[in-house]
Amino acid sequence: MRRRILPGFNISLGYALAYLGLIVLLPLTALAWKASGIGIAGLLHLLASPRTLAALRLSFGGALLAASINVAAGLLVAWVLVRYRFPGRRLFDALIDLPFALPTAVAGIALTTLYAPNGWLGGWLATLGIKVAYTPLGVLLAMVFVGFPFVVRTLQPVLESLERDVEEAAESLGARRWQTFLRVILPPLLPTLLTGFALALSRAVGEYGSVIFIAGNIPLHSEIAPLLIVQKLEQFDYAGAAALGAVMLLSSFVLLLAISLLQRWSSRWAEPAR
Amino acid sequence: MTLELSHLQRRFTDFPALDDVSLAIAPGEFLALLGPSGSGKTTLLRILAGLDYPDSGGVSRDGEDFLAMHARERGVGLVFQHYALFRHLNVIENIAFGLRVRPRRSRPSRVEIGERVERLLKRVQLEGLGSRYPAQLSGGQRQRVALARALAVEPDLLLLDEPFGALDAQVRVTLRRWLRELHEDLGLTTVFVTHDQEEALELADRIAVMNNGRIEQVGSPEAIYQQPATPFVCEFIGKINRLSLRCEQGRLAAGNWVLGDDPWQGRHARAIAYVRPEHLALDMPAAQPGWTARLRHVYLAGSIAHLELAVDAPEQTLEADVASEDLARLGLHAGMQLRVAPRSAVVFPQAQDGMPVPGERWTWQADAAVPR
Amino acid sequence: MSMHAPARAPDWSRRLLRGALVLAAVGFMMLFLLLPLATVFVEALRAGVHAYLASIRQPEALAAIRLTLLVAAIAVPLNLVFGVAAAWLMTRFEFRGKALLGALIDLPFSVSPVIAGLVYVLLFGAQGWFGPWLDAHGVRIIFAVPGLVLATVFITLPFVARELIPLMQAQGSDEEQVARVLGANGWQMFFRVTLPNIRWALLYGVLLCNARAMGEFGAVSVVSGHIRGLTTTMPLEVEMRYNEYDFAGAFAVASLLALLALVTLAVKTLLEWRYGDEIAAHAPGGH
Repeated sequence: MRRRILPGFNISLGYALAYLGLIVLLPLTALAWKASGIGIAGLLHLLASPRTLAALRLSFGGALLAASINVAAGLLVAWVLVRYRFPGRRLFDALIDLPFALPTAVAGIALTTLYAPNGWLGGWLATLGIKVAYTPLGVLLAMVFVGFPFVVRTLQPVLESLERDVEEAAESLGARRWQTFLRVILPPLLPTLLTGFALALSRAVGEYGSVIFIAGNIPLHSEIAPLLIVQKLEQFDYAGAAALGAVMLLSSFVLLLAISLLQRWSSRWAEPAR
Repeated sequence: MTLELSHLQRRFTDFPALDDVSLAIAPGEFLALLGPSGSGKTTLLRILAGLDYPDSGGVSRDGEDFLAMHARERGVGLVFQHYALFRHLNVIENIAFGLRVRPRRSRPSRVEIGERVERLLKRVQLEGLGSRYPAQLSGGQRQRVALARALAVEPDLLLLDEPFGALDAQVRVTLRRWLRELHEDLGLTTVFVTHDQEEALELADRIAVMNNGRIEQVGSPEAIYQQPATPFVCEFIGKINRLSLRCEQGRLAAGNWVLGDDPWQGRHARAIAYVRPEHLALDMPAAQPGWTARLRHVYLAGSIAHLELAVDAPEQTLEADVASEDLARLGLHAGMQLRVAPRSAVVFPQAQDGMPVPGERWTWQADAAVPR
Repeated sequence: MSMHAPARAPDWSRRLLRGALVLAAVGFMMLFLLLPLATVFVEALRAGVHAYLASIRQPEALAAIRLTLLVAAIAVPLNLVFGVAAAWLMTRFEFRGKALLGALIDLPFSVSPVIAGLVYVLLFGAQGWFGPWLDAHGVRIIFAVPGLVLATVFITLPFVARELIPLMQAQGSDEEQVARVLGANGWQMFFRVTLPNIRWALLYGVLLCNARAMGEFGAVSVVSGHIRGLTTTMPLEVEMRYNEYDFAGAFAVASLLALLALVTLAVKTLLEWRYGDEIAAHAPGGH
């Protein structure tokens, strides 16, 4: 028998397994069990229901769009924070984590009040004919809000460790600024951007508190999937709720797997070359 | 293409990187910028490349203001110390980069780019490795890709920043020779930065020795080595023995050895003489001025033997070099007594503060035939 | 490599671009981060300071505050112990299934809060697996405090572990091995060698865990039953007041939570600034 040098293997393994088993595995098993109780027919019926489809479309579609916006905005913000000095930079840097630290319900009512037709921004946007609160646009906005820190925080350390001499090499070879950015700086960032995208996506898909207030919650129009689950629970349709939850989990899992594969592919050339 | 650098000044917050640097670079020459870290050589190179700008002073190329041109427009090829290869592009794409980013009008066709890259690969002896990524190449191979990439845009001026610094000794020597051959082949004006004097002495047509932002001396490798112009060059290049001299009765002397008549006519009381190890005679007859020294140790380094000599008056340690094969012939062994004297020296007067005065250099050669 | 910013010849296009980018980024951040934050406080104080304080002093609010503190006080230490145990396990030993364990630890991070609450309802709710058994024994988990605690524990499970694992991985086990060789037993080694090395990362993890625990809404909403004064945490109280159109009241409670968030951010920044390398706060995976 191989003796381990450091103590505590058995106790920590036992504790961790017991804890995880009780808190995570058992409940998820119950979910799978209950979901399967709905049967194939029930599942198909559930998935075919326009309301379900609309909710899933909103949750996933909105999350994908929100994550994409976050990647673009997050890249801009991370770039500016890392590369440039300006007054208040430290303050803004600390604030990036606000959506992460702020309770979702608080974010929810704040965003709603801000973008409601009589809110500071909502009123101004209304004059432009754009309705945000109580529409899918509001859902998108809330999703962008909660996913924002993930992209920035994932990008920052990578941007900080970018080697400047590669940029100088490109410049000395005749590349213009935008060419350098697109051909030399961006490609190696791709894996990191995908990581940030995946994190923001996960967060946005399942988001409840921030979204629930600003969404109109009108079935078939502005109802997110988590809300549909809550509705089903309130109607004691446990099987339906479980099935929908399982569908959400599986879809997220598939999405994340795809992104992880994309990442693996895009970092095939990345390696500590020095 | 002639480059004229005049009175360049560049200061960073705490220290002067370039202090009134002027230099003319002849077309087609292989110039080395040699000096310790912080001497300003890399700064000078970056200014030539367009990655930095001087605080004052100018650079002109064939009479035109070189500094007014953007790095992109200068026709300069730059090879970085750590290669700076694009990790996400393979060898071919790296080399083709400079050609691909050209505006439509001046961009060669895809076919032509392919051909050019292929020719360059042949020239740098990396045929067949075109589809590899930098991570899959050795240090020496990466360096050659970096060079090929710089050459692809057909520059007028090639700049190399410590190109072999990160390589193993053996690879370094091989690449050095290869670079020199390449230069002779292409005839491209090349400026390269190094802190390795052996490299500079071996490769360059001319060397500019730099220290603390100033050029100490510019000249051919022989001139730099045999006729160092300043105390710094004496001490930086090769090995040197440093002797303190005193002016007594119109003559310069150190202990028993008399150098000759005082060339500064009594203006200075003390002086410093620099003597190369190979310029120490070891078998002075008693009749001629010299020192008694005990041969303390013999260090064999390949073909040269370094002899450590302990002199009594003035008390100091000298190093002399002889060919290893001459050791037996001259009957040299540790512990024996010798009479030694310099055969030639570079002498500087010493100012009040003890520092040598570079402006008043004097080279001295023993006139009497001195035994080897 | 380039140790200085080059003194450029006046390059107006470059400066303009820089200015535009900074403006865009700052504008985005102000719009997106500062405005919502400001809204909370502005709305909370809309009816004046007295109304604000009165709103907070209402019994429901106080009960909600107490409950939030209680739930956090139970959930955070539980996850702290787990986090330490899990980090110890993952970074000091090799065993099969390590990757799976790592995935399990990270799982709650990527699960929707509603699903987190859902799974406990499915276990302990009236129609859940253990529902009838709990009913028979008069134990209430769902719609009672234990349910809140469970849901919160689930959601905040990974926080401490995620902080500790990269750090302990990077630190290596040399010091602990030396301690063992010198004769320390397991607990001595842990308290005298391991703990001091990870204390700031631990604090950091606890900080984030706590912020999330106190602010959790979705999961708690599902298991709570919204019984005012009994199973309503602060976020739930915010929701209730908002739905009753008591906007000032909702924002009043929300402002307390926002203050908590700001304090969390401040302490977080302080810890990063002073103990940055002892926290390895840049583990990708985002914070």
